[in-house]
Amino acid sequence: MTLPPYADLLGITPEPGDGAPVLAMPFGADVIGRPGFVHGGALAGLLEMAAIVALKHALETEGRSDTRIKPINVTVDFMRGGREKVTRAQGHVSRLGTRIANVETIAWQDDRDRPVAAARLNFLLATD
Amino acid sequence: MDPAPFPFDPAAFFAALPAGHGRRLGVRYDSHGSDWCQLILPWREDLVGDPARGVIASGPIVALLDMATSVGVWMKRGGFLPHATLDLRVDYLRPATPGREVVGRGECYRVTRSVAFVRGIAHDGDPDDPVAHVAGTFMFTGVPA
Repeated sequence: MTLPPYADLLGITPEPGDGAPVLAMPFGADVIGRPGFVHGGALAGLLEMAAIVALKHALETEGRSDTRIKPINVTVDFMRGGREKVTRAQGHVSRLGTRIANVETIAWQDDRDRPVAAARLNFLLATD
Repeated sequence: MDPAPFPFDPAAFFAALPAGHGRRLGVRYDSHGSDWCQLILPWREDLVGDPARGVIASGPIVALLDMATSVGVWMKRGGFLPHATLDLRVDYLRPATPGREVVGRGECYRVTRSVAFVRGIAHDGDPDDPVAHVAGTFMFTGVPA
């Protein structure tokens, strides 16, 4: 899996495993917002990247790797402050249609059941 | 009693932005008013999300609009007061043009005791042809609900 330059800026790396990839983003100067906390924009970027790789994974599974994906919108809920530790995120494709995909994503730190942020994204799928 | 706002000058703040995500993205101040702030995100190779087309990723646009609307709230409230982003929705109206910087304008159009409501746009040269639209809320921290 190759991630775009923006993922490198955030320090994102995919973790081994089955299913939709889990992405890990370390805490560091590049993602700090207010002192001691992860910037909401960096969390949103991580969530979006997790949604994109989950969608690409789902398309590959269906033999549709040549599909182009275009983000239509994103809604991010910030639930807890992200502290000075690694943040992980994983997307889940809730519906994969021919033209539209709906993807849900959560980001967490210590405990997956206590997310720091979550997002819903809609994507346009194109095969031209 | 609610705490008093701390005087906040967005131009000075962004001129001396401490190390962090905003500085890493290269976000800088453009202008502000009594309830809005306008910031600029430069086009940079390392912000690209679609290498084949050179289009900037959507994440930095969310970050830009998060910051612009956040400062818009401080403008509306008369200075800095602690708050946290509760939610943001961003509609991507079209891809940003490769090579062009993106202007993000955030406005706070309503403040209640606990919540600020914001909206804004991002464009790459023509405000009448935006690349993105944002709506969101901030919740005030450090005050009783």
